Amino acid sequence: MSGILALVEHDAGRPDRLSLEALALAGDLAGRLGVGVEAVVIGAGAEAVAGSLGAYGVSTAHVVRHDRLDAYAPMAWASALGGVIAAGGYDAVITAGSERGTEVLAHVAARTGLPLAANVVGVDLGERWTVTRQRWAGSLLEEAWLDGTPHLLTVAPHGVPASEPDPAAQPAAVQQVTPELTDADMRVRVARTVPAATDRISLTDAKVVVGGGRGIGSSEGFAMLEELATLLGGAIGVSRVATSLGWRPHAEQIGQTGARIAPDLYIACGISGAIQHIVGCKSAKRILVINKDPEAPIFGRATYAVVGDVHAIVPAITAEIRRTS
Amino acid sequence: MRILVCVKRVPATGGQISLTADARDIDTRYLGFTISPHEECAVEEAVRIVETHGGTSVVLTLGPASAVDQLRDAMAIGIERAVLLETDGSDWDPGATASAIVDAIRGLEAADGPFDVILFGNESADSGGFQVGIRVADALDRPIVSGAKGLAIDGGSATVRRQAAGGWEEFDIELPAVVSVREGINLPRYPSVPGRLRAKKKDIEHVTPERRPLGPELIRLSVPVEQSASVEILGTGPEAAPRVVEILREIGVL
Ligand SMILES: Cc1cc2nc3c(=O)[nH]c(=O)nc-3n(C[C@H](O)[C@H](O)[C@H](O)COP(=O)(O)OP(=O)(O)OC[C@H]3O[C@@H](n4cnc5c(N)ncnc54)[C@H](O)[C@@H]3O)c2cc1C
Ligand SMILES: Nc1ncnc2c1ncn2[C@@H]1O[C@H](COP(=O)(O)O)[C@@H](O)[C@H]1O
Repeated sequence: MSGILALVEHDAGRPDRLSLEALALAGDLAGRLGVGVEAVVIGAGAEAVAGSLGAYGVSTAHVVRHDRLDAYAPMAWASALGGVIAAGGYDAVITAGSERGTEVLAHVAARTGLPLAANVVGVDLGERWTVTRQRWAGSLLEEAWLDGTPHLLTVAPHGVPASEPDPAAQPAAVQQVTPELTDADMRVRVARTVPAATDRISLTDAKVVVGGGRGIGSSEGFAMLEELATLLGGAIGVSRVATSLGWRPHAEQIGQTGARIAPDLYIACGISGAIQHIVGCKSAKRILVINKDPEAPIFGRATYAVVGDVHAIVPAITAEIRRTS
Repeated sequence: MRILVCVKRVPATGGQISLTADARDIDTRYLGFTISPHEECAVEEAVRIVETHGGTSVVLTLGPASAVDQLRDAMAIGIERAVLLETDGSDWDPGATASAIVDAIRGLEAADGPFDVILFGNESADSGGFQVGIRVADALDRPIVSGAKGLAIDGGSATVRRQAAGGWEEFDIELPAVVSVREGINLPRYPSVPGRLRAKKKDIEHVTPERRPLGPELIRLSVPVEQSASVEILGTGPEAAPRVVEILREIGVL
């Protein structure tokens, strides 16, 4: 037997966006190898999701049911996925490069002693597979040999287009699986969830983000950015310098170790444009740079720019918005 | 409490990355070195655990001789001991890295007793394999929570908090355990001058690790081609404000 196996995470009865990206890469590989795509779906609501996966090219969906899997438990998920892998003889096992997809596959890799390539954006088939994967959060690409039966890989978030549903496709055959879970598998499981405070526009959903870095000079300096953000209905985002100096909370940091944003407009004020910052904001449709140093690397990423002192320019913009509205 | 924290020396790249001629490495001739911000937070967390609960902390890295700089940085803010698994500086895959770290942990634990908590960064800054911590936890048969943005230790157990869709999820785990940390779990302190001086004088234990490659095996690196935006300069200084506001209206954000 052979085939590509994908772990499908889901939310509200539907496969989530990153899992559709994983299914897209799975479908591409399966097409080139002339094999089928199978899926593993775990947890409450798995049944409904499994039925819909035929539209995304899945021939068989393994629905994992177990009363100990009501709450997410990474090692138990790895056991469940491992069980399907052991029975199947797959060419590759693919997950989304999500927090869960990544950790579950890393557990599988650790237990089987297989190599794992994280954040893959492309695969070349051959006697030995080569993968192209992201390093430095995507600022650098690595080509690497990936061996193993099966090949284990996660797909870089937004690194490949998501799979599009084909309404005419055959529904997936649903296979029920009851994994064997040990107490050891249950050592790590979600005990509680705590909803986030939702009084603010979330950075990752905002249409406009007003960003500040070292050039803002102090935590007080951010008052002018907050005023502009309020006028534009936007959120505040910052560079790591602003968080490590304690000016702003880390939740506002954009970049490799912060949030990835994709607004219509990102206004980057007093930010130089280090690659670790850029990887977090490069999906912005437009970037307006305000910086006193015209040689700063961020100008190479800008759609629009104003050269000069942010402390003079931002208040002038705010005043002009007020004057003309 | 006995705490171990694992860090990796990486180049501090700035506005762009240049590669060496063979494209197998970053050209670091003009660069400084650092560790991932996640790992800086893991080091800070180790120091705080010992401050709160008593005990000792150890920092470990697998890397070239020059990685003693990163070990001393960690000792400068309060880590007591440092171990260098010394390599020739070439790229070790995450499986090989994890096995060497496991060997070292077994040695350290045989000598001085088990670590209650072993801390990792969620992912290394450069290769971002997202797996060394999990491989180590698996080999030691200890629970691991990844992506931690909160860690509260209470006697023999811990509550770990991380971000999830729509909020937070919390795990209660028994110690000994492994936790991989994300930036934001704390705000790392800056080293004091006496802290730096003390760290300079401390011994660093050197170990020669055994290399057992697993893969993926690096072939070459490349800098992705991004379409370079052609920038429209709207003006200089506050006089540019009317033009900026015009643009804001044009693109529909006002
Ligand atoms: C592994 C790793 C991960 C990292 N992750 C992140 C991350 O997630 N996010 C992140 O942001 N960084 C990250 N960094 C740090 C990053 O490398 C840079 O150090 C950081 O982004 C620089 O912040 P900055 O642009 O605010 O400061 P600087 O680089 O100091 O730039 C300040 C800019 O402000 C301008 N300026 C100063 N005064 C004024 C003024 N009055 N008016 C107008 N302009 C002014 C200057 O011309 C300069 O361009 C990471 C680094 C590493 C090594
Ligand atoms: N060479 C190394 N030496 C010590 N720790 C490492 C090394 N490489 C990775 N780690 C640790 O493992 C974590 C995850 O690395 P990775 O799996 O490469 O993303 C890092 O944040 C470090 O804490």
